[in-house]
Amino acid sequence: MYAIDHHDLGTPATDGAPVTLDIDGQSVTVPAGTSLMRAAALAGGAIPKLCATDTLKAFGSCRLCLVEIEGRKDFPASCTTPVASGMKVRTQSETLSKLRRGVMELYVSDHPLECATCPAQGHCELESMAEAVGVKASPYGGTGPRHQGQPLDNSNPYFNFNPDLCIVCSRCVRACNEVQGTFALSIDSRGFASKIAASQDELFITSECVSCGACVESCPTAALSEKSLITVGKPTEAVSTTCAYCGVGCSFVAEVKDNAVVRMAPNRDGDANHGHACVKGRFAYGYATHADRITKPMVRANITDPWREVSWDEAIAYAAGEFKRIQAKYGRDSIGGITSSRCTNEETYLVQKLVRAAFGTNNVDTCARVCHSPTGYGLKATIGESAGTQAFTSVMDADVIVVIGANPTDGHPVFASQLKRRLRQGAKLVVIDPRAIDLVRTPHVRAEHHLALKPGTNVAVVNAIAHVVVTEGLAREDYVAERCDTDSYARWKAFVSQPANSPEALEAVTGVPAATVRAAARLYATAKNGAIYYGLGVTEHSQGTTTVMAIANLAMVTGNVGREGVGINPLRGQNNVQGSCDMGSFPHEFPGYRHVSDEATRQLFSSAWGVPLQGEPGLRIPNMFEAALDGSFKGLYVQGEDIAQSDPNTQHVSAALTSLECLVVQDLFLCETAKFAHVFLPGSSFLEKDGTFTNAERRISRVRQAIEPLAGLADWEVTCRLSNALGYPMNYAHPSEIMDEIARLTPTFTGVSYEALDRLGSIQWPCNADAPDGTPTMHIERFVRGVGRFYVTEYVPTDERVNSRFPLILTTGRILSQYNVGAQTRRTDNVAWHSEDRLEIHPDDAEARGINSGDWVGIASRAGDTVLRATVTERVQQGVVYTTFHFPESGANVITTDNSDWATNCPEYKVTAVQVTKVSQPSEWQTRYRQFSKETTRVARETPLSTAG
Amino acid sequence: MDADYLIKMANQIGAFFHGESAPGQAPADIAGHIERFWDKRMKAAIVAHLAAGGHGLEPAVRGAVEIIARAQTAKAAS
Repeated sequence: MYAIDHHDLGTPATDGAPVTLDIDGQSVTVPAGTSLMRAAALAGGAIPKLCATDTLKAFGSCRLCLVEIEGRKDFPASCTTPVASGMKVRTQSETLSKLRRGVMELYVSDHPLECATCPAQGHCELESMAEAVGVKASPYGGTGPRHQGQPLDNSNPYFNFNPDLCIVCSRCVRACNEVQGTFALSIDSRGFASKIAASQDELFITSECVSCGACVESCPTAALSEKSLITVGKPTEAVSTTCAYCGVGCSFVAEVKDNAVVRMAPNRDGDANHGHACVKGRFAYGYATHADRITKPMVRANITDPWREVSWDEAIAYAAGEFKRIQAKYGRDSIGGITSSRCTNEETYLVQKLVRAAFGTNNVDTCARVCHSPTGYGLKATIGESAGTQAFTSVMDADVIVVIGANPTDGHPVFASQLKRRLRQGAKLVVIDPRAIDLVRTPHVRAEHHLALKPGTNVAVVNAIAHVVVTEGLAREDYVAERCDTDSYARWKAFVSQPANSPEALEAVTGVPAATVRAAARLYATAKNGAIYYGLGVTEHSQGTTTVMAIANLAMVTGNVGREGVGINPLRGQNNVQGSCDMGSFPHEFPGYRHVSDEATRQLFSSAWGVPLQGEPGLRIPNMFEAALDGSFKGLYVQGEDIAQSDPNTQHVSAALTSLECLVVQDLFLCETAKFAHVFLPGSSFLEKDGTFTNAERRISRVRQAIEPLAGLADWEVTCRLSNALGYPMNYAHPSEIMDEIARLTPTFTGVSYEALDRLGSIQWPCNADAPDGTPTMHIERFVRGVGRFYVTEYVPTDERVNSRFPLILTTGRILSQYNVGAQTRRTDNVAWHSEDRLEIHPDDAEARGINSGDWVGIASRAGDTVLRATVTERVQQGVVYTTFHFPESGANVITTDNSDWATNCPEYKVTAVQVTKVSQPSEWQTRYRQFSKETTRVARETPLSTAG
Repeated sequence: MDADYLIKMANQIGAFFHGESAPGQAPADIAGHIERFWDKRMKAAIVAHLAAGGHGLEPAVRGAVEIIARAQTAKAAS
């Protein structure tokens, strides 16, 4: 069932030359290739249909959309018949009505007519088409073979498959193939026995289905139907908003009834997702109303005390009082704040403003520190802007696609579907990843080359590719001469040309056969359009920034920046990583990536905000921990970020948080960080507030309030109250006023406003006088920094080395059904697919240790140890183990070290030397963790507040 | 702030500029990076470590911290 406000045009749009024809006496002009069905719909008509929908190629099976064409004797299906100049078409006639009724009577003869109690009632296409063609009942009675009484498949937590209601139109099969690209569904058997089958006629939950919901949405009946339509009821209101999960930033229509979300229907007009979604965005929104939500502010003097519920005023006053006390005692720079990529642009802007203007310090940072901070540094240095260069749709013009350190089918699934569509059209794929991610081989997709490098050797591999490009004469010297800094190019060229950077010389380091590197390099360098997509497998290394620079070098030397189909594309982890960075969340930058030491910029903000501002950078998150441990950092305001779970070396982080005198956490739940907090301020989910998110393609999209804030205040309102209590006035009536302030102060945002966003749908910055509608592709005529700058990128091995004590390398990542620290997805039915973090280990390594799948294994590193269950798989290479980090009790970050990127301090999550052994009980840390969690989450309403220490 | 933590960070920065910087330019480049990205107390701590002998600092990094120390002295005097 489509979004309740959707008008379907029957078949996809085309872009041919204009063609004029006559439909029911009306002259209609449409692009060549348009179907008669779509042409009629565009002219305001409506030809009955069942198997056709404008998201899928025409199929022509239902025979309901027959039309008459002057000069032709038959009755062609309008969905599969393209327009022709001068054609005269009749969509309504007595003969057509009779034919359509006959077809519909057959459908209805095998379909329950209990529409009043059907979840799709009012939006069932079979019901509406039957009404349109004048059929109220079947003339064939209830006798004869039928498909009724088949078992219901309710195995999927979010939707049912009721075969009794299925009309075998194949829309679900085609949606799975064409839109999602998973090919999990098929029509089993033939003729009357035809039926929909998931994988090998399995239950949906155990099949290859990835629960993206494309089949459910495309189903014209209630055969595939959301369970929420029954449990919550039929929606009455539709609110267009933006997903709060990954960096794709899908647009959705939140369908609401009585202040409760019934469904999240992907927005067909969504510029990032074009009507598609994944299991997280479409279905996993239940966390917003989960019983774990904390909706009352709470305070306590010591973290060993139980929480005490208080009013907003008391909580805000207590937090402000503590921050003032700490600054008076320890100095202005003894406190700071952390913004969140899960909050809106307006909220992150306000938090950094509060830190800089109300706290009077630059000690503000954001969770991008631990994911894409190297992207910001590396791309700013090389090409001049801390952002990806393209729109997602650009991939449809790419001929060779290189995916480095990213797992799009799990981390960015809606973009992955588009990527796979392009690959099915013939584009070639190179995967550079230690693991055999799904893209290496999945239905109708196979990577041309998989460079299964050893973790930590990205720089060596990219240098080796560059070596091939330069030494085999594949460099685009003309492009470089015209657009790049020639001095830096000459130095870099001499560097990568050195024999030490050849694939052969580096093979022992990287583990990648030289011939494979050479083949991949040639493929990318000789492509008409070569595009690079990368993720945290690039950035979360001690040389994360160096790899980003090496990627930029490679894109520039091959001329692959500045047009459609190419580019450098960081796949951002969280929905608003780009936005939180844009908004000045880093301690060294004001909004718009302008350094705090820049006098003119500082004067601009100082004048606008009415206070003097510091010109020295503040502390980054890891530095805050160090400063807390040395006693110079005592207070922290954390909005929507769970540093105690997401940051590396958990025991180190715990010690730092414990040393704070006032930790204020603003969150939906009593998250891991809140266990160390003194003030808890209830947060609001994306469904409860207005604002904007900026996705990985720099696309600013509106977040619109669909339900009332559970705690009474949106997050931006809480920050304003805290600032006011600190004596620095923040008085905004609506987030649109915050965006107006951002636009006034940020050159790349001057054209952005809520009015413009409503008018344009979404905007890719830069949006200003030079680009009033935004900028889908950057660096078209010249690089933002003027000329592209090459950097010499020497490979420096990480300090984290394997030895006899720690002989394996642990690397980490995500899985499709869970998201980041899991705070949201763990509180949804997505746990049906992934209810615990597991350790993937190669069969040879497992055998040597006597480990079988399902065994408990201890994982010990130089930082700590934990226990997980093992999954033995060849997906990981020998010598490498892998886990996700979605469950706090797993303690994945107990193992990771505090090694970090040289330029940005982004942690080296991807390389940790470990030993793995079979065990029979939890680790000591896990035992302590359970006790600590129990003690620090108690809520006692009657406990008096003791004096702060 | 813990000196070992800062020494490691500084030497990592030095390792990058070892390859990137023009001959003789590494100390200035390293110093420039530290100036733009380190908090005041971190800079003060690494300067104090240098004053205490600078154990563990790579030569170019030592040169960078000397530049930072001179800048701090000049700033304090102005």
